[in-house]
Amino acid sequence: MISQLLVNALVAGSIYALIALSMSIIYKASEIPNFAQGEMAMFSTYITFILLSVLGWPFLYALAGTLVFAFCLGFLFEFIFIRRAKEPNLLGFIIITLGFQMVLYGLAGWKWGSDQRTFSLPFSESEVVFQTESVVLTEHNLASIVLAILVMAGLYLLLEHTNLGLAMKASQQNVRAAKFNGIPTNRILGISFGISSIVGAIAGVLVAPISTLDPSMMWDPLLKGFAAAVLGGMKSLHGVVIGGLLLGLVENLFGFYISLEFKSIVAFAIIMLVLFIKPSGLFDKHYVRKV
Amino acid sequence: MLTIENIETFYDKVKVLNGISFTVAEGKITAILGNNGAGKSTTLNTILGLIDDQPEKGTILYQGLPIEGRETHRIISLGIGYVPEGREVFEELTVKENLLVGAYQRRDKRAVKEDLERILTWFPALKDRIGQMAGKLSGGEQQMLAIGRALMNKPDLLILDEPSLGLSPRLVTEIFGIIKEINKQGITILLVEQNARMAFQVADEVYIMENGRFVRNGPAVELESDEDVREFYLGIKENESIKGYQRYKRKRTWR
Repeated sequence: MISQLLVNALVAGSIYALIALSMSIIYKASEIPNFAQGEMAMFSTYITFILLSVLGWPFLYALAGTLVFAFCLGFLFEFIFIRRAKEPNLLGFIIITLGFQMVLYGLAGWKWGSDQRTFSLPFSESEVVFQTESVVLTEHNLASIVLAILVMAGLYLLLEHTNLGLAMKASQQNVRAAKFNGIPTNRILGISFGISSIVGAIAGVLVAPISTLDPSMMWDPLLKGFAAAVLGGMKSLHGVVIGGLLLGLVENLFGFYISLEFKSIVAFAIIMLVLFIKPSGLFDKHYVRKV
Repeated sequence: MLTIENIETFYDKVKVLNGISFTVAEGKITAILGNNGAGKSTTLNTILGLIDDQPEKGTILYQGLPIEGRETHRIISLGIGYVPEGREVFEELTVKENLLVGAYQRRDKRAVKEDLERILTWFPALKDRIGQMAGKLSGGEQQMLAIGRALMNKPDLLILDEPSLGLSPRLVTEIFGIIKEINKQGITILLVEQNARMAFQVADEVYIMENGRFVRNGPAVELESDEDVREFYLGIKENESIKGYQRYKRKRTWR
């Protein structure tokens, strides 16, 4: 039983980690907690659904199309809304992301209705790839873990081995210094939003088959992802991954040993605890910002 | 090479630069001297487009091209290197990454690699710490890293803001030796300094700034023998008879 719990924890943790990563990429780049992240992912998931089920594209093409769409969505969100903010402060930014969230939610509801659809992906929730007496691993489980690993590896390569990644890291640390070293910091921020949106979209595609495809499908996963990000430390990418996995584990253990009904509350309890004990998160280094 | 005409810069509604004009001649070292708050750094920030929507008035020509109001990364891409006050190295990046950030605008990958090697031979202290986080370096090493980073852009004009700030006298001498050496390689230099003594040692042309305008300028050798400059900036008193109020009054009539 415990091994099955671990599998479930790993799968849930992978999805939380992806959502947390998508939030963390933007937070690191701009210190904006992007509350539209979930709806951006939901919208991109609808695009997958349309490409796949309505237009009948093969899965890989549909996935590629979704990622392109997600990137543009993130980039344009930064370009059209965030960059226009005059004399911005944090509260203003939060309101902008909340506003964008509502716009996307409304658009999705109007266009696709609030009726729930089923979503056929090549990895199904019911097909079993691997089974022993104590563990069942479904296709969806495997796909979640593999995709999460691929995304993390991709992000690592991007940040550590490309010029773009270097520019992203430099802009995160000191925008002014990045500018006078010739980095177009506005464009880099837009690209960061795009990449974050891609990571979110992949999480959305993984969430849709286990819940249902409807405009509010990302509410719960987003809050979990947010909790994971706070737990790991919003500014540490490896921290939020560990935060996601930890949250998946704690939640599943709690659900099994203590109470299934209150499983969802664990995430909020964790946010509270972290804020009481170590507000910067488990893995974030506190470094002092020079004025 | 760089011609500034009648620049006015405002912070909010406060006028910081009062219509200043100066030129930086190709191949020379030009220094701007002045006390804290005179507007030296603001001048540099204005040239580099680092202050939003400034300058309000005036033109900045770099090799005949107007650059005022352009985005910073476009100005940098014209071949300008900048070493800021307080160094501003990327503390959470390694020494090597810091240097590579400096070459961000360049597309000639192979030449970048060669330049990296060359700059490391100039600064052996950095070579030993190539993989370390820049935040772990000492002040002098960070200053060298900031200069090396600016050189990675292969600049024709190198702009330095207070390179002597916070360094020991021995290091200051070393840094100014490096500046002189860089200039000998054909790179034009614009230098902002509070340390007048050092600036006079290396500069060809000197401008003295007070309250957002220039009060004196000329070739370094001429200005160095100017009685007021000697007294107020180099701290050399030759005529003991002028004291107190009279001295203040004489200085005040500069403007």
